[in-house]
Amino acid sequence: MPASSAQVEIKGMQMIRSELIQKIADENPHLFQRDVDRIVSTIFDEITEAMANGNRVELRGFGAFSVKRRDPRIGRNPRTGEAVEVEEKHVPFFKTGKLLRDRLNGN
Amino acid sequence: MAEKTLTRMDLAEAVHSEVGLSRNDSADLVEAVLRHISDALVDGETVKISSFGTFSVREKSARIGRNPKTGEEVPIHPRRVLSFRASHLMKERVAAGNRR
Repeated sequence: MPASSAQVEIKGMQMIRSELIQKIADENPHLFQRDVDRIVSTIFDEITEAMANGNRVELRGFGAFSVKRRDPRIGRNPRTGEAVEVEEKHVPFFKTGKLLRDRLNGN
Repeated sequence: MAEKTLTRMDLAEAVHSEVGLSRNDSADLVEAVLRHISDALVDGETVKISSFGTFSVREKSARIGRNPKTGEEVPIHPRRVLSFRASHLMKERVAAGNRR
């Protein structure tokens, strides 16, 4: 999705998967790092798997993952201008939960 | 599509059966993952989970909105919104799994 001038991504810090795993490992010294790795992977895989099966994952306060259907349409090859049929497809969608939305805005 | 809704409990159950931790500990770990992601986002960080997707915070500037019922103009204050961009792998798996 192209960013309009009204929305600017906040540049700067980021957290990647390995850093998330490290934070969880630090809080759980009784677990092996490889187990924390499996735990974190299991959680994300389960969410993806649910959506691949057409299901929703609702995590109150955080947000909800669901699948949206995109109708078939006539697309166009941007280089040649040729019309091409684009099949119906399903795409992942995330809606932010109320608590997290409020927290992002300091409430 | 016979749609089902999964919750934290289902994720904890998956951790329990995959890793063998108690259901309580599994639930705590699911919560910890969500808490760390939320905290990083609230701090304005982007959260990149490889092969899953990227959560990022965007700043929306103030604009004049309109109450669709009354037509009345209302100021919309600047705010931060969360956007999620699914990884290619997730997009592929979701598209493939839902294909008829």
